[in-house]
Amino acid sequence: MQSAAPANRDDVTSARFIPTKRPFSFSRWFRDTGWRHLVGIVMIVFSAFPLLYVLSASLHPGGTLITANGLFSQIDLGSFITLFNLPQQPYAAWYGNTVMIGAITSAGTVFLGALAAYSFSRMRFYGRRAGLLMLVLVQMFPQLLAVVAIFLLLNGISDIFPLIGLDSQIGLIMVYLGGALGVNTYLMYGFFNTVPASIDEAAKLDGAGHARIFFTIILRLVAPILAVVALLSFVATTNEFVIASIVLISPEKQTLAVGLYQFVSQEFSSNYSVFAAGAVLAALPVMALFLFLQKYIVGGLTAGAVK
Amino acid sequence: MTTPVPRQTSDAEPVRQSKRLRQAARMAEAASVGVKTLLLKILLLGIVDAISVYALFVLFLKQDWVVFGLVLFVTAVVNWIYFSRQKLPAKYLTPGLIFLLIFQIFVVGYSGYIAFTNYGTGHNSTKEDAVNALIVGSQQRVPDSATYDLTVLDQLGAYSFLVTDPDGDISVGNAETPLHRVNDAETDAAGTGIGLPGYTTLNFNDIVNNQEAIAALSVPLSDDPNDGTLRTPDGSSAYLYLSDLVYDASADTMTNATTDVVYTADPRSGAFTAENGEELRPGWKVEVGFDNFVTAFGTEAIRGPLISVTLWTFAFAFLAVATTFALGMALALVFNNMRMRGRNVYRVIMILPYAFPAFLSALVWAGMLNPQFGFVNQVLFGGAEIPWLTNEWLAKFSILFVNLWLGFPYMFLVTTGALQSIPDELQEAATVDGAKPWQVFRLIKLPLLLVSVAPLLIASFAFNFNNFNLIYFLTNGGPRDATAGVNVGATDILISMVYKVAFVGANRDYGLASAFSIIIFILVAVISIISFRQTKALEELN
Repeated sequence: MQSAAPANRDDVTSARFIPTKRPFSFSRWFRDTGWRHLVGIVMIVFSAFPLLYVLSASLHPGGTLITANGLFSQIDLGSFITLFNLPQQPYAAWYGNTVMIGAITSAGTVFLGALAAYSFSRMRFYGRRAGLLMLVLVQMFPQLLAVVAIFLLLNGISDIFPLIGLDSQIGLIMVYLGGALGVNTYLMYGFFNTVPASIDEAAKLDGAGHARIFFTIILRLVAPILAVVALLSFVATTNEFVIASIVLISPEKQTLAVGLYQFVSQEFSSNYSVFAAGAVLAALPVMALFLFLQKYIVGGLTAGAVK
Repeated sequence: MTTPVPRQTSDAEPVRQSKRLRQAARMAEAASVGVKTLLLKILLLGIVDAISVYALFVLFLKQDWVVFGLVLFVTAVVNWIYFSRQKLPAKYLTPGLIFLLIFQIFVVGYSGYIAFTNYGTGHNSTKEDAVNALIVGSQQRVPDSATYDLTVLDQLGAYSFLVTDPDGDISVGNAETPLHRVNDAETDAAGTGIGLPGYTTLNFNDIVNNQEAIAALSVPLSDDPNDGTLRTPDGSSAYLYLSDLVYDASADTMTNATTDVVYTADPRSGAFTAENGEELRPGWKVEVGFDNFVTAFGTEAIRGPLISVTLWTFAFAFLAVATTFALGMALALVFNNMRMRGRNVYRVIMILPYAFPAFLSALVWAGMLNPQFGFVNQVLFGGAEIPWLTNEWLAKFSILFVNLWLGFPYMFLVTTGALQSIPDELQEAATVDGAKPWQVFRLIKLPLLLVSVAPLLIASFAFNFNNFNLIYFLTNGGPRDATAGVNVGATDILISMVYKVAFVGANRDYGLASAFSIIIFILVAVISIISFRQTKALEELN
């Protein structure tokens, strides 16, 4: 975990500074660190304000865009109750769909990606370099560029297997898994390379087969990167709108991104508090996970770049 | 794309082994596989094979031989790989590669094909379907035609008509299958068919509840669409409906029986066309060559928007990266001071916009920037009506501003990591040599920083090049350009334009949208080649 190290280091280095006793001078303090706090406060307002705004709007039942401007003028959970009783917008189903599609997609992405990363990292075979090159290049061409073709392909599949065609969540997950190799496999590949090959060899001498080495030894050693990739993939799937909006047609099958967008475009200013409540509930788990795993994510983001 | 072809069995062992040693290694490998693993492998392969067999069966019934062959081939290859003793890399790569090939690489090629067709609203299907749709669509009840006694049947959710014609013959049929005689129908006292083995007869309540679906059903009388179809207004008697249009298969023409206008099938445009140029809709899908590209580049009403959208896409992607990186780096420098207290608090709060789901951020900002009711105008600007999202330039500014909010935390995190990995000695040495803080930054930190974050900046550019959600959720691409020949606005980027042409509004044009996609592909490919050349990122692969 070379890249997560810098995040910890400042605690270590700060201990090195031995406080020198000098009379406190405001101007010196301000020139040195005080102005940084000013910048920090400005940035806190800039960063957190929209989030407080949406939180306050969600606590104002029956609120519109206008009433949302009076921040925290009322605190009531009514909108959250309304949210789950909308006749046309099955919010609970959207929520469940989003979690389910995201979880399956991220599990699949991690599994398929780890398999590929293992073979690229540990085996030498014809076409390996071309394969690695492909992984890098595929990242430049996101699937949504071919959204029309994906739609028509699923439309064609519907005639043969309605189960995985249009308006099917399984079909959508399969499309997402098409992007499993590429986006994050390269990240995993880099991490797999940091696990010494001598571990494999020792296990092999002890009689372990390749599958056993992979599943019981390597996968455990690379667990941090698997968590990062799983989370990034989950977040990406949650945010995905383009493909989900054309594949999922019936309201009870849609995801939060598709459902909330349509909800908002139908009754934006009038029913704002309900939308805000939906947004708050949708964001909470993702934000919690993010902050919880912050250190690993930062490590994952910069892996490969920061050496 | 080259599929990696496995060559060597064992792991990285460049040492040449003798034949016997290799054989021994293989035996050891095989012996190490437990019974459970083997059973699991057979079970998984069995599931895959069962699904393929089902697929092959359905495809066989549909007589879709190309796909049949493909499925058969892929299944055979998968089985061969997993039952082989060798092909170890392939065993690990195949699952991901199959998805990649279908949903990432095949679809690109398919986009290329669609770009050369007129696929879209009114040209959705085959010619045969178009003929049927035209004939069914222009049907009218034949006056004074015979009345057929009718029973509506249900089989697995699909409705069929059981009709007894005036002569007492009983036949059954549904939308796909024309009427055919049956002999085993249950009849009532008057000899009217009321049930058929394998089907459920709908009672009065069922009919009332499914009135619309039953009224919409039209059952062809025979294989020849010109013979007309049976329909029912009430669920108990059916009448003959004949079309105004008569299809002549040998001359490939459609004739309107009332007006006697002859429409000839035009293989170029994929529609039946009269001499005066009038086209019958729907038509069918045909290859149109470079027509879509000619439309994109040749028509003034589309070329203009296409060029301005492309320029804005580049400008947006570049400015998005530049602004977020500038702010993120500035903040990283500000907060990279060991003596500052509470840095972690600032840091966590500044990461919040990045943790908040991006699609929601755009929607929330769309509310805050609403010209009449939004927080920004109402509170910050004291009730002014500033058109943040509806004026062309203000909308562009708003998009960059919201993107700054969304994107600076990422750059902040990344540059903080990179800054901390620069050894302190460099800075100390420079300071000792008399360098001013600005010189330290510009001559030492910035170059080192750029080396490590350059790949991330390229990735960020590529991401913003297709940042659909922000644009679509914040401004919907608007304000709309009224002079344009397609549904496109001032803040649309290429990908949102593709989406709008293909999926928004009544007139969907998949062909033109795919042509636009192909243009994006070419642009992205050019950018990738240039940027990878510059950073030499690919040369480090090993």
